[in-house]
Amino acid sequence: MLKSLLAQSGGAGPAGSAGPGGSRSRNHRRRALFGYGLVAPAVFILLLIGLYPFVKLLVLSFQNISMFDDDTAFQGMVQYERLLDDARLWWSLLRTVLFAAVALPLELIFGFVLALMFLGKVPFRQVWIGIILMPTIISPIVAGSTWRLMFDQRFGPINQIIAWFAGPDFKLLWTLDPVFVWPGILVAEGWQWTPFMFLLLLAALSNLDREQLESASLDGAPMWMVFRRIVLPSIMPVMFIAVLIRALDLFRVFDVIWTMTQGGPGTRTETISIYAYQLAFREFDISYSAAIALVVIVLLTVLVMWALRRVEIQR
Amino acid sequence: MMKWEKGWRFYLRVGCIAITALLFFFPVYWLAAISVKSPEEVFAYPPVWVPSELRLSSYVTLFRDGDVISILNSFVSAGVSTVLAMILGTVAAYSIVRFRTGGEHLSIWIISQRMVPPITVAFPVFLLFTQWGLVDTRVGLIILYTAFNLPYVIWMMRGYVQEVPIELEESAMIDGLSRWRILIKVVFPMVKGGLFATAVFTFLFAWNEFLFALILTGSEVVTYPVQVTGYFGSQSTFWSKIGAMSMLGLVPIALVVGTMQRFIVRGISMGAVKG
Repeated sequence: MLKSLLAQSGGAGPAGSAGPGGSRSRNHRRRALFGYGLVAPAVFILLLIGLYPFVKLLVLSFQNISMFDDDTAFQGMVQYERLLDDARLWWSLLRTVLFAAVALPLELIFGFVLALMFLGKVPFRQVWIGIILMPTIISPIVAGSTWRLMFDQRFGPINQIIAWFAGPDFKLLWTLDPVFVWPGILVAEGWQWTPFMFLLLLAALSNLDREQLESASLDGAPMWMVFRRIVLPSIMPVMFIAVLIRALDLFRVFDVIWTMTQGGPGTRTETISIYAYQLAFREFDISYSAAIALVVIVLLTVLVMWALRRVEIQR
Repeated sequence: MMKWEKGWRFYLRVGCIAITALLFFFPVYWLAAISVKSPEEVFAYPPVWVPSELRLSSYVTLFRDGDVISILNSFVSAGVSTVLAMILGTVAAYSIVRFRTGGEHLSIWIISQRMVPPITVAFPVFLLFTQWGLVDTRVGLIILYTAFNLPYVIWMMRGYVQEVPIELEESAMIDGLSRWRILIKVVFPMVKGGLFATAVFTFLFAWNEFLFALILTGSEVVTYPVQVTGYFGSQSTFWSKIGAMSMLGLVPIALVVGTMQRFIVRGISMGAVKG
């Protein structure tokens, strides 16, 4: 009886489950009320910052509010039609996706290799891990500033190091060069977040079943087979979460690029977050930026829900 | 397997680790070095790798000009929002786990709040805050960071609350404790470790948050990330100031993370790794 009161009452909403006795159903109701009371403040704040903006975006996107117009009349799909032939938008989306598609595997592979190196005995293990984790706890804007400094064409050490090999005349304008600006950003991003992958994969690898591994290698199973059949399946859940978190972060990337290039040169490094920021807060194209925001929200939510359901099933 | 470990492979591995650690550390060193270099050294060509002396004048300038107030602003908004998010989030998580409040839909809705890029809600939030007079105030930032951290806290604390043995709560109930007292006297002490671990990351997030601080503050309440980026291109000495300010902002974070090191893996993986 107590168990059923405290424990999960199994899906059926507390309001609908009328108990056999009157006192019991009153108890049920009081229990449900207590439960709702506990989530109420959190839900209220989330609605305020989550649902209100969503509704507001919806309204704005059907109006025509910009620096020049203040038209709150219903405009139909005008803003959404603009989406279709806005090359700057599609480029920024493509750039964001490409950036994530390049950065994510690199971080994953380097993080994995680094984690493998830590699997055996290492003297001063915690010290090394502490040093390697430093970039991850630094503010992204500090990371961006640091790498802007590192890549500075005159005062930065990167060009200096390259000049040792390439001759003293070497000067590359990393953050202004249309080709080399992306590798620069990639280095900054990878520097900051490879340790994150490393830490998670190290934790997952440390939980591997050693006996299973050893018996497999005694049976003469080749390395890649052991990796595919034993290692990969057991680190999969952690890897999935790590990749999901990083993919979402990469998709919203703003701080690092903002401090390194502000989206420049031109719009060469403009990601979707930077473009949306420019539209809403620099060009004041409010209604249009609302339409873009809505499309991004819907697309991303659908994608992520799909991905999350897949993990739920796997577990 | 362990026998051949001590051979050349061992030294190769440790060597690789040392080099990697050096590579990861070097940019931090460079920033720290910039903060103590003289202006001539900052702009010297070729760059100076080791500063000739430890000049603290950049730090002195930050204190003299009152720029360090941004650290205090960040500390207050990150600290208060962390405490708020922890309290509200933990009781909500408890309710979701024990009473199945809202069922599956509520949990999914809550976590989905963290999925979308923050920039998408930036403008409506800006409008709302303008209406309520919350622009350029600490209260505004606190509300915002609490909201941003709540899904994470609820998600994490759900895992920790699930691990509290239900028998403890049952016996407390038999002893006649009210639900509130059970929550405070039984549940909270049992999840203390999880509370601290989660709090580290909520604090870290609020401390490092830049986009909304950039949009919503600027003159009255400047936070640390906004302060650092504000130096870009302002004066010829801006790199020393950026270096010094960044170092100052690193201290609280290094302290918090250093003392909480053993909780970090679970917190960073949103509970995927049990630690």
